[in-house]
Amino acid sequence: MAGFLARRLLNYVALIVVATSLAYMLAASALNPRSNYEQRTPPPPPAVVDARLDELNLNDETPLFQRYLRWSWGVLRGDFGRTVAGDEVNADLARRAGVSLRLILVGLFVGSIAGVLVGALAAVWQYGVFDRLTTGASFIVLAVPTVVLANILIIGAVWFNDLVGAQIFLVSGETTPGLEGGLPAQLFDRLRHLVLPTLSLSLGLIAVYSRYQRNLMLDVLGADFVRTARAKGLRRRTALTRHALRTALIPAATYFAFTFGALLTGTTFTEKIFGWHGLGERLIDSIFTNDVNTVAAISCLAAFAVLLAALASDLMQAVLDPRVRMG
Amino acid sequence: MRDEPVLTVSDLSVTFGMGRGAVHAVRGVSFDVRPGEVLGVVGESGSGKSVSALAVMGLLPPNARVSGSVRLLGTELLGASDKRLADFRGRALSMVFQDPLSALTPVYRVGDQIAEALMVHRRLTRAQAARRAVELLDLVGIPSPEQRAMAFPHEFSGGMRQRAVIAMAIANDPDVIICDEPTTALDVTIQAQVLDVLRKAQHETGAAIVLITHDLGIVAGFVDRVLVMYAGRPVEVGTVDEVYYRSRMPYTLGLLGSVPRLDRGEHGRLVPIVGNPPSPAALPEGCPFSPRCPLVVADCRSAEPPLLPVRHGGHLAACVRAGEIDGGDLPPERIYRAPERAAPRPVHAPREEREVVLGVDGLVKHYPLMRGAVFKRRIGTVRAVDGVTFDLREGETLGLVGESGCGKTTTLMEILRLVRPQAGTVAVLGRDISALASSQRMAIRRDMQVVFQDPMSSLDPRMTVYDILAEPLRTHGRRDLGPRIQELLSLVGLEPRHAARYPQDFSGGQRQRIGIARALALSPRLIVLDEPVSALDVSIQAGVINLLEELKERLGLSYLFVAHDLAVVRHIADRVAVMYLGRIAEVGAVGRVYDSPMHPYTQALLSAVPIPDPEKERARRRILLEGDLPSPASPPSGCRFRTRCPLFKAIGEAERLRCVDEEPRVRPMGGDHGAACHYAESLDVL
Repeated sequence: MAGFLARRLLNYVALIVVATSLAYMLAASALNPRSNYEQRTPPPPPAVVDARLDELNLNDETPLFQRYLRWSWGVLRGDFGRTVAGDEVNADLARRAGVSLRLILVGLFVGSIAGVLVGALAAVWQYGVFDRLTTGASFIVLAVPTVVLANILIIGAVWFNDLVGAQIFLVSGETTPGLEGGLPAQLFDRLRHLVLPTLSLSLGLIAVYSRYQRNLMLDVLGADFVRTARAKGLRRRTALTRHALRTALIPAATYFAFTFGALLTGTTFTEKIFGWHGLGERLIDSIFTNDVNTVAAISCLAAFAVLLAALASDLMQAVLDPRVRMG
Repeated sequence: MRDEPVLTVSDLSVTFGMGRGAVHAVRGVSFDVRPGEVLGVVGESGSGKSVSALAVMGLLPPNARVSGSVRLLGTELLGASDKRLADFRGRALSMVFQDPLSALTPVYRVGDQIAEALMVHRRLTRAQAARRAVELLDLVGIPSPEQRAMAFPHEFSGGMRQRAVIAMAIANDPDVIICDEPTTALDVTIQAQVLDVLRKAQHETGAAIVLITHDLGIVAGFVDRVLVMYAGRPVEVGTVDEVYYRSRMPYTLGLLGSVPRLDRGEHGRLVPIVGNPPSPAALPEGCPFSPRCPLVVADCRSAEPPLLPVRHGGHLAACVRAGEIDGGDLPPERIYRAPERAAPRPVHAPREEREVVLGVDGLVKHYPLMRGAVFKRRIGTVRAVDGVTFDLREGETLGLVGESGCGKTTTLMEILRLVRPQAGTVAVLGRDISALASSQRMAIRRDMQVVFQDPMSSLDPRMTVYDILAEPLRTHGRRDLGPRIQELLSLVGLEPRHAARYPQDFSGGQRQRIGIARALALSPRLIVLDEPVSALDVSIQAGVINLLEELKERLGLSYLFVAHDLAVVRHIADRVAVMYLGRIAEVGAVGRVYDSPMHPYTQALLSAVPIPDPEKERARRRILLEGDLPSPASPPSGCRFRTRCPLFKAIGEAERLRCVDEEPRVRPMGGDHGAACHYAESLDVL
């Protein structure tokens, strides 16, 4: 098992190197940081611009491969270079990764648990009222773009706040700036900020997961081993959770792990609309500001996240499924 | 035996769906079982036997509507809450299902699953339950039960899983065990082991058993009373001797007459029941058997006959003419007539003078055993076929028999591939297949055709019967197909005007006839048949076997007949080759091999097959093999059968050395009879 893991990790590292290098080259040749300076009024003298670009390793007159070598040497030492504004990419992204993680982890957790529950119940009551309602709701959520969904949530929250006459839901940012109070007050404030973005993120996940889990559950509901469990004397509900759901969770869990990787940079809309300054927002911004180093660094993080998710999914499968463990 | 019944079922009916589309799967089943009694429920597929069992257990899906009464130990179970039923299930009433491969939850250890059955009903600590689970595994004959209890289901063979399911069923000393086709998915030697375990379990618990099966042989040897079902209703009930020897319902008579018998050598035609069992969604008026019954009279079509007592106590039959049959006016042997032979049996030259149609010599097929999901590496070799030699002569049927994993299907596929084997030679119609040009290969394909096991999946559902039959003809450049296709359809007993229909419009037996017609299209000389009747019900199977025999005689065909059903092979084959772990254990004329088998494996195999004759069955001695088939990736040294061989255990230390060191070759036992055993001796096992 250890040898297998080591080989797999090595494989992943190679993949990350290739993906990140390609991303850097693409960004460095497609984006033009020089234009940032040309648009200024008055435009700075070319010699000053060149010097500044050289300092940031962003000069398009330096051969691409040479820039790549300098960049990768930095990356090897754990330094992703500087942004177009001259700040450290590392510090900026570390902060933003924290923001994205806080948003995604809660969203993913809520989304997967609720998705599994909704899907499993819909399967158990196939063609019943609950099944029909959740099927309809899922398709509506899937059909509505995140932008619209998030704005509906905001409108709803504002209406609710007005109705009760108090700021229950907070619709912008992660914290209230300048809030006084101890740790409990801070936490409560964060929670109130978290509710809406989490909801907007997890509603989409619930819609997808519940469809997926419903089908998996339907496959095992009629399985012989569920009948055996009931023939042993287990109540229907116990047999369904302990035997059917447990078995149907195996493929679902691996799927959850994979979505985590994709979400890390895929929550752009949610971040933008709710004013969370995370990685997704940064990726879009950096493309607009011709920020080559940030684009490359985020691509590297994304590649890392996807492969970490793949590894997690393998491990999860091994933990959940004895047939894989043995083989 | 004659106490109060533990389980009384009366007028049980099950309906799926509503209104006009409603399917009446079970229509008034009544029976009772007393403590320690075994009740057999027999019937063909769709007769409602499994649905009845699930209805008794309360495990039918919610869309089933159940009426009637099921009383267990005086308590009504129908309509009881899930909580109440759960209290009975597994404690007083337990069940063994058909498919052991899917009956255990794949993600829990076998020991834990048995312990769970204990802990639902009793106050036991986890440790106590685990200990009891190990005892139960030991009771059902699982070797080294402490370790095996820690294993997951996929590490168990089919036979072992069924033992584990039985352990679960007897865990709480139930009063009634319902076994739904408990051995249908198992090989015959494993079936004998499992039936033995069931008998032991019954002895241990004193439970009543309801045994549901389609196998008339198992019923004959295992049960006290039998209930025959047809179209959702019992049509005959009585003690096993009454029902088998004095059947009073034409369906029972037909069923018993249509089974090929392991103990009967003469090559008479089987007696099929005409037509097909009715669909439960569209039952005929009156007696549901009337469209197929040879004794049908006008009364049969007016009303469904009730189940009434015939002369002997406790023997009931649902037939308006049961009285006449019982009174001797209609001698049972004259009700069904064996079909007449179309032509007298052809006279063949002696075997040695006939041409060898298929010669296989030292055929080998090994598969690499790979491991790892990303980085594959070879960790061994599966010796699926490991040096098989036999020949098939003109006008002959060679039955290739053996249990699953013995390599019979691989042998057949290697022959059909028509490419150079890994080792050994295959010669079809005198030509060695390893040196064929593609045009010659095409010519051989015309002379050698195949019929597959599953009549559902071997016919393209999007092609009409005409297209299915025309395809081989077109491929080989035949023109003017119409008349040939008409001819083929009438040859296999189908209506020529049905050529425009699709496979889905035909029943299983008819589809298999289409498969046979397709094989015959190019007038081949050799037909390879892979389990051609094992997917069919007995009453249908008889008709297909008769057809195959008749075609062989009329068209001068030779058959290589691969099957696991030894009774069918005895009936249809001239010679038989018994395979074990990729090698031939015994080969010879059917009469010789069945009447005086020489190889200990053949003896065990034949003794394990139940015969549908209660008196004979009771008198027989079974040779029970220990354990499962060893893995073909690591066959035992020397004789492959020695690890399970009863003879190996009986002989002396010095003689055993030879079995361990030297692999026996097939040696002649007189005539063309041969067995691969150093110490072979004849034994009568029928």
